[in-house]
Amino acid sequence: MPFYVSPQQQMQDKANYAQQGVARGRSCVALQYADGILLVSPNASNALHKIGELYDRIGFAAVGRYNEYEALRKAGVTYADIMGYQYNRNDVTARGIAIYFASQLGTIFTESNKPFEVEIVVAEVGDEPSDDQIYRITFDGSVTDESGFVVFGGDAAKVSAVLKERYSAGLSLEDAFAAALAALSALTPPGAPAASGGSAAAANGEQRTELTASQLEVAILDRSREHRKFRRIRAARLEELVAAARAADAPPATDESPSAEAGGDAGTSGETTES
Amino acid sequence: MTAQGVPDFMRRQTPSFTDFLATYSPRLLPSASHQPLNGSTDLIATLPHATTIVAAVTSHGVVLAGDRRATSGSMISKRDVEKVFRSDEYSAIGIAGAASMGLDFMRLFQVELEHYEKMEGRSLSLEGKANRLATMIRGNLMAAMQGFVVVPLFAGYDEEAGIGRIFSYDVAGGPYEEQRFHAIGSGSIFARGSLKKLYADGMPTRDVVLACVQALYDAADDDSATGGPDLTRRIFPVIATVTEDGFRRLSDAESEEYSRQVVEGRMTAPDGPTAQLRPSN
Repeated sequence: MPFYVSPQQQMQDKANYAQQGVARGRSCVALQYADGILLVSPNASNALHKIGELYDRIGFAAVGRYNEYEALRKAGVTYADIMGYQYNRNDVTARGIAIYFASQLGTIFTESNKPFEVEIVVAEVGDEPSDDQIYRITFDGSVTDESGFVVFGGDAAKVSAVLKERYSAGLSLEDAFAAALAALSALTPPGAPAASGGSAAAANGEQRTELTASQLEVAILDRSREHRKFRRIRAARLEELVAAARAADAPPATDESPSAEAGGDAGTSGETTES
Repeated sequence: MTAQGVPDFMRRQTPSFTDFLATYSPRLLPSASHQPLNGSTDLIATLPHATTIVAAVTSHGVVLAGDRRATSGSMISKRDVEKVFRSDEYSAIGIAGAASMGLDFMRLFQVELEHYEKMEGRSLSLEGKANRLATMIRGNLMAAMQGFVVVPLFAGYDEEAGIGRIFSYDVAGGPYEEQRFHAIGSGSIFARGSLKKLYADGMPTRDVVLACVQALYDAADDDSATGGPDLTRRIFPVIATVTEDGFRRLSDAESEEYSRQVVEGRMTAPDGPTAQLRPSN
């Protein structure tokens, strides 16, 4: 005999289930900097991406279950390509894709037994920083329009607290990356003993987890690029950014610290497109 | 699993955009809309047609160039048409034949390559791209039989081999890999003859561009459907290079410089540079 479960209870259970799934992973960060939008995610895999390209100016980042957000990403690419082919490349917008994702996730949340355990960010870089758009879509299909930066997945509140202290509009790529790295490092990895305090101060304290270049997936939507703005930052260029961020964060006791390394080489070699 | 009115792309994920279109909305395919047209081939002949495209391999990649004329029968329908395009970061495509359908093909091919790249997280190999284009051209065979002929010339930089390569097609597909240089379109006979005398192996990109502009001039000289450099209106050939650094379309100023150089030379030697008659040594 089937038990009666009230709709409220049913939705609540699904929401709890999805929330727990999303919170299990590690946080991901999207933030505006002077020349575009930076996406940073802890990801040890070189092949299974959490960050991807959707269209000319539009990037994607997700946390949660790989097969679920990958299916959504591919659907988003298909949506964008058909719109761009049918009309014009300028007619593909982050807003359109975000609403598409929202309707998909909303339907899945209400109609299927198992909701998707994902949280997604769709970011679009504009001609001017004021034209940039960042949308966050949650497992139940809610969409929020974010500005400046957004932290999603994992212990987002904690990471967000650190990032809020360090973030300001118009940061350089180096500074924006340093802020993102510091925020993500404030988290204790799953399984490790909990950091004491958990305040923003932990970012500069002893308890922080050092993330190395090989544990990070980084991409930018570069305003100054022609045609396709999405670019992965890998290998040498990523090492450079990580080193610069470390140097900037180190206590300024030694001579060869902050300004020397953070100042110089802006957009140089080592960046590779997805190939 | 999908709300009403929202297309379900979750269950239709294929790396080929053309295959996706064929199931999602076949009418958007350039070739699918053609029912047999009875006795209207005269009409097709009066549609704008794009003409001559040349391509040549350089020491660092490949050059693709096209004149700017489109003709409808004996009338010049457009003086500044573009028929050479970027197909992706490392390849370029030139179109000869029915201009409208050529543009559709080019657009579809661009999306095809980009879609694959985004879906699979890697680019197709240069042969993969060339083969894909062959399949798309063959899909147009029915329309071609009725006069909607579209023939592309595909050129790209092979990142694995580190060389530029050229692929040609016929209406039923291909690809045929071409060595050193090739030309398609109504003026191709003259352009190819010209390149044969001007082209040398291992030429730097600058020289190959100049040879291509010379070849287009020769094609325009003898073929009424090919346009020469238009100095009065400042309309010059579209020239693209594909090298290790990717696709680059030369600016109008650069193209103008090459064209003026060629025209200047022709002021004293209207038939252009002469080749060596006797073997040297």
